[in-house]
Amino acid sequence: MMRVLRWSIPLGIFVVLVAFLWVGLSRDPREVPSPLIGKPAPAFRLSKLHAPNETLGAADLKGTVWLLNVWASWCVSCRVEHPLLVQLAQQNIVPVYGLDYKDQPAAGRAWLTQHGDPYAVSIVDLDGRVGIDYGVYGVPETFVIDKTGIVRYKQIGPITPEALRDKILPLVRELQR
Amino acid sequence: MIVRAALAVLLLAGPAAATKMDPPPQSTNAPVMSALDVRLKRLESELRCLVCQNQTLADSHAELADDLRREVRELAVAGKSDDEIKAYLVARYGDFVLYRPPVKPVTWMLWFGPFALLAGGGAVGWVVLRRRERAAGSAATDAGGESEKKARKLLDDDEDGGAG
Amino acid sequence: MIPELGHFALILALLVAIVQSTLPLAGAAIGEPRLMALARPAARAQFVLVVVAFACLAASFAGNDFSVQNVATNSNSELPLHYRLAATWGSHEGSLLLWTLMLAGWTFAVTLFSRNLPPVLLSRVIAVMGLISVGFLLFLLFTSNPFERLVPPAPEGNDLNPLLQDPGMVIHPPMLYMGYVGFSVAFAFAIAALLGGRLDATWARWSRPWTTVAWAFLTIGIALGSGWAYYTLGWGGWWFWDPVENASFMPWLTGTALIHSLAVTEKRGAFKSWTVLLAIVAFSLSLLGTFLVRSGVLTSVHAFATDPARGVFILVFLALVVGGSLALFAYRAGKVGLGGMFGVVSRESALLANNILLIVAMASVLLGTLYPLFLDALNLGKISVGPPYFDAVFYPLLAPALFLMGVGPAARWSQASVPGLWTRLRWAFGVAVAAALILPFTLGRWSPLVAAGLFLALWIATSSFVNLYGRVTSSHRPGLVAKIAANSPSYYGMLLAHLGVAVFIAGVTLVKGYETEQDVRLDVGQSVAVGGYEFKFLGVQPGPGPNYRALTGTVEVRRDGRQLETLRPEKRIYNASGQTMTIAAIDVGVLGDRYVSLGEPLVENDVSGAWSVRVYLKPFIDWIWGGAFLMALGGFVAICDRRYRLAVRRRTESIAAGPGSAAAAD
Repeated sequence: MMRVLRWSIPLGIFVVLVAFLWVGLSRDPREVPSPLIGKPAPAFRLSKLHAPNETLGAADLKGTVWLLNVWASWCVSCRVEHPLLVQLAQQNIVPVYGLDYKDQPAAGRAWLTQHGDPYAVSIVDLDGRVGIDYGVYGVPETFVIDKTGIVRYKQIGPITPEALRDKILPLVRELQR
Repeated sequence: MIVRAALAVLLLAGPAAATKMDPPPQSTNAPVMSALDVRLKRLESELRCLVCQNQTLADSHAELADDLRREVRELAVAGKSDDEIKAYLVARYGDFVLYRPPVKPVTWMLWFGPFALLAGGGAVGWVVLRRRERAAGSAATDAGGESEKKARKLLDDDEDGGAG
Repeated sequence: MIPELGHFALILALLVAIVQSTLPLAGAAIGEPRLMALARPAARAQFVLVVVAFACLAASFAGNDFSVQNVATNSNSELPLHYRLAATWGSHEGSLLLWTLMLAGWTFAVTLFSRNLPPVLLSRVIAVMGLISVGFLLFLLFTSNPFERLVPPAPEGNDLNPLLQDPGMVIHPPMLYMGYVGFSVAFAFAIAALLGGRLDATWARWSRPWTTVAWAFLTIGIALGSGWAYYTLGWGGWWFWDPVENASFMPWLTGTALIHSLAVTEKRGAFKSWTVLLAIVAFSLSLLGTFLVRSGVLTSVHAFATDPARGVFILVFLALVVGGSLALFAYRAGKVGLGGMFGVVSRESALLANNILLIVAMASVLLGTLYPLFLDALNLGKISVGPPYFDAVFYPLLAPALFLMGVGPAARWSQASVPGLWTRLRWAFGVAVAAALILPFTLGRWSPLVAAGLFLALWIATSSFVNLYGRVTSSHRPGLVAKIAANSPSYYGMLLAHLGVAVFIAGVTLVKGYETEQDVRLDVGQSVAVGGYEFKFLGVQPGPGPNYRALTGTVEVRRDGRQLETLRPEKRIYNASGQTMTIAAIDVGVLGDRYVSLGEPLVENDVSGAWSVRVYLKPFIDWIWGGAFLMALGGFVAICDRRYRLAVRRRTESIAAGPGSAAAAD
């Protein structure tokens, strides 16, 4: 009996390994979670896309719950989520601010004219520095930021209807209370 | 004896003559990597590109990699140390950006596991050896003269023609 | 028509494989010779059918049949013929078919070279290999059919990934798979031994040549992959500890432990259960590698297009095969018997230590590769584990094993003495230490790591020399030639392989210790000096290629004013995919390479102006692959030993197998 126990050690190790691999199948190894969750949203002050003489800063938005959506006119996947954002803006649940990432302002404006503008304000991040501060590594990405300016959630990739329904909107409602 | 001595001399002297690395010739026009460049390249080869995730920051051609290299250079020029630069990136992208995983409780098993395993394996090996030796001791006294003689002969045969 | 034929052949192959894997096994269990006799013909039939299927796929590629989905995705009519053929295995489906072909091929080889095998053992071995074939054929037919049709047919193909359009691609996967799949033979022997509840030295004698050949092919496959990365990826690296590279290295480490363990089991009858376990682990790691590459669980530059459904299938297959074997092991390992006795200082104990070190090293590679997955699965965050980790952990673990390589061959079987070993080895040790301390100075810069690496390489070389010298001088045969011929191919294989390791270690040490790089911006006509050489950049010219546009740079290499070589590094922009590849230009030398690759033009789109250029000096880098090929050569030499070709020698086994083990072959 003791013999079988000793010889079963490799099997035991293997079972644990398979369990991990099984879980691994449902994970995305390419996804980089944000270390900003629970931390203050990095400060910025950038000029507005539609009013280059004016600026907007993160500090200006304290007191409201808001979404920061990172987008660009050259980004193909952004077109997938954009109708959802337009719809969300029409519902007036939460303001969405756009970060036009590494884009030509003229191209950005044209794109919004063509596809609809859900943003309360869009700001221009020409060299991508604000994006780096927010840990942006792919476009689109969306952040949920609460009234005190703390980052609560990051959506990597386009917003899906499920993510909106199950994660983002419930969180927003909770934060707005 | 002479063969051995000759070989020793060969081993010591042979490669030496052929491979001496000369210092670079002094040429004021020839471009060369500055100390900063060298330091940055070394640092960037320990950082992971977030877009082409199987390349180092030093090697990746992705636009984000260009941007991050620019950031790293500005930080270095501003006087930040390697650790501070790494901390800057980790604050934004998490530990994922480091190819050398930090040593913290959640990675203790990673860093110390192999050596613990070695110690464990060594201990098990030692126990096995002792057990075999004790058993070998008692078996030798049990074995009759005939089979022992045959065993000895085979051992000697093995030395001569057998392999490892 | 042809794709349908291939598809049909695969279906038939599956049916035959089912027969091959069940009936002979049943026959062995109940002792029915007619069922056992089905093994050989079934295996041969399966092989023919898989060859037909593979040929059909290759023909579809050669003929540019874009109605076959796989061809449309991975080929292009502008692609040269040899790459169209190589594209047969350039995709997930095609490479799986290659796996299946190799497996059928190895099984076929077993049917050919097994005249001395008792039918019970043979039928079990072939049946187990058949079971694995069934798994792969099911996988192919149900989730990864290479003969899937595209309706309507594509007008043109997407082209083979430019990274794969290279001679390395043509030969690296086949060699690698020969190794991976070859371990299935050792695996099948191990399972057969467990099923039979009996294992003796004869079993080890049968397993050993198969394992050694598989190991040799795997060595070649890994070396080719490394060399290919070196000249194809453009930044002078040759090993990245990438998950897929690790997936090939782990079976290699285990296979190395296995061939040494088999040596002990064959000659001394010891380590029996351990050898069986190693055989199971080696092949399990091959299967695990297959899973890691194709499931999307880890990111890798080598990973195929992923699909979670495929991942599930392979995982289930892996769980069944490996889980089943380990369960069988747990149940039966005790029965195979304890085996021979040996002293604390002996060749056996040196090999035991070698095994422990190799397996711990393998475990550390496994740990590092899977750790990010472990943490992610436990929601403990995402980390990366890369070369800094592996370099820090792996080399210290390997160093003692390398040192033992000098001690083991000098130690006697069963009982050796430390003073005796010291007497034999002290000259070798002294020379190695002295040379290791002195050489770094002559090479330019002393460093403790370089000295340590050189010591290990030199130590292996000098101790091997001493071992050979000792044998030749103490031989009683008349004349030098007879003295040399007195040693078996097995012995010379070992020496060659060990020497290969020494050369490899020397290469790694010297390259890591002394490589230099300059990554600078050069105007046309400007030079950069690196390590005594001068590299003069003469600009970049655009030009056409068969299926790409090339930007070819010209760099003259000079030393002491004398021109040595003109190098032409390239940037290639492939027509079909738009992908850009950096093709390095390398001046290869036995004592080192001069390596140049193009970066980017200084002014975007102005290729005629200044460029950023990378220049590397890589001393002794070719010793890395030279050493690996020597290792493989040693393996091939070792299996030429007569004892693998002669009939069973009953006298030797029944005594050397030790007390308590059963008598030899039925």
